[in-house]
Amino acid sequence: MAGIKDTTAIVGIGQTPFARHLADDERTLACRAVLAALDDAGIAPGEVDALSSYTMEETDEVELAKAVGFGDLTFFSKVGYGGGGSCATVAHLAAAIAAGQATVGVAWRSRKRGSGPRPWKNTTVQLPTPAQWTRPFGLLRPADEIAMLTRRYMHEYGATRDHLFNVALACRNRANQNPAAVMYERPLTREMYMTSRWISEPLCLFDNCLETDGALACVVVSAERARDCRRRPVYVHSAAQGLPAQHHGMVNYWNDDPLTGPAWTAARHLWKHADFTPQDVDVAQIYDAFTALIPLSLEGYGFCGRGEGGAFTEQGALEIGGRLPLNTSGGGLSEAYVHGFNLITEGVRQLRGTSTAQVPDAATCLVTAGEGVPTSALLLRS
Amino acid sequence: MLDPVIDSDGAPFWGHARQGELRVQACGDCGEPRFPPRPCCPHCQSFASEWREVAGHGRIWSYVVPHPPLLPDYADQAPYNVIVVELTDAPRIRLVGNLVAEAGARLDSVPAGRIRIGAKVQVVFSGEGLPQWVLERS
Repeated sequence: MAGIKDTTAIVGIGQTPFARHLADDERTLACRAVLAALDDAGIAPGEVDALSSYTMEETDEVELAKAVGFGDLTFFSKVGYGGGGSCATVAHLAAAIAAGQATVGVAWRSRKRGSGPRPWKNTTVQLPTPAQWTRPFGLLRPADEIAMLTRRYMHEYGATRDHLFNVALACRNRANQNPAAVMYERPLTREMYMTSRWISEPLCLFDNCLETDGALACVVVSAERARDCRRRPVYVHSAAQGLPAQHHGMVNYWNDDPLTGPAWTAARHLWKHADFTPQDVDVAQIYDAFTALIPLSLEGYGFCGRGEGGAFTEQGALEIGGRLPLNTSGGGLSEAYVHGFNLITEGVRQLRGTSTAQVPDAATCLVTAGEGVPTSALLLRS
Repeated sequence: MLDPVIDSDGAPFWGHARQGELRVQACGDCGEPRFPPRPCCPHCQSFASEWREVAGHGRIWSYVVPHPPLLPDYADQAPYNVIVVELTDAPRIRLVGNLVAEAGARLDSVPAGRIRIGAKVQVVFSGEGLPQWVLERS
């Protein structure tokens, strides 16, 4: 089986402004981001024949297609589990195009999480693991569920709040270089971090991602078609989804090893189909709804051993010039929280050489989706 | 406060809890305990199951202390604790609950500074049949 390695490329990216509140509704934001991505690629909307998004996306295919003037669609898919689906939207398009089911694919996410409701306030929505086992006891928000794993992780491996601060700081420093980032003009200090209010101990305000309005999109075509597009192609080298055996989502408290999660499953497939290894990754965009997901993901994707994710962040490892520059547009913590789609577009910019925090000569980039929920990941290369 | 939204798999657990019994689902064929409850056994695929009584002793596996913004009933008690308890009888069965001073007490009735991972706890039941946990006297 030949697989999808390097057979498709991301050739266009687009986004709206990011803010706590944008006037446009989600559908309008989706249209703007998609049209910007197609313009970036130099491809007319009428040529699009494939779509992919998240099950939580509220602009559906019919509305988007008729608004922006797509042609006949022959492939459309949606991926579940919130931010776990981000990279899978690109993976599904890559697989569909490689298999001949479509030729021009658009993936997108539009969300008014800044001015809209907080999803955890809707207690009628059921989760992958029934909420009867957690919510009555006051484990209400994703932050509470991940904080539980974080406390255990810190206890078992000696990780500290300083390690989590290293993650928050790296993301904030990159946002301070990125005029599009919500936190562009807002530097973070250790004192601010250590004295900030708690959200769910051991996670404080700065361990939590932003709440943002915004939309992003990207365009995927075959490698052959990519050569004729306006921008330098960024190839989808390897892609994976991951749902481990006996996994329970963000409340992964009931298996033999709760501190391994979907990243480990996605990583095994990702590296099996790649021509390079974690040591060859020039820059990483790792899903950061919470700082604690970074040490877990560093372990899961093979950048360090079990329990070493906290220590990995020391000595500026995640900064530009460090071992693994992280979330170079600011990530969900400091650029925008749009279910991780901004990590994909930043991966593309790094490999085009157009990031506002460019890693010199970056040729390989790992992009990941939410850890702690059924996830997905991409290895991109120039 | 949120009542458990009970599904058919979970109903026996809550039924037993209302009678003051802590029981977990176990396979009726291979005997393997499982949580949360589900229709069939992931080890032997049997649809037979039983509800096995456990002693109600465990250790705190992890805990969090939520602060607002929270739902109103919970914000009124914040900061409060939520713990995960690893059962002595079945170490892979970890129940989410609250550490309280006594059965039926508020979620903030034990100061967060007294909570430690590894502390021994024992189950008690609130008036509504919700399992809660108190520190074992050592």
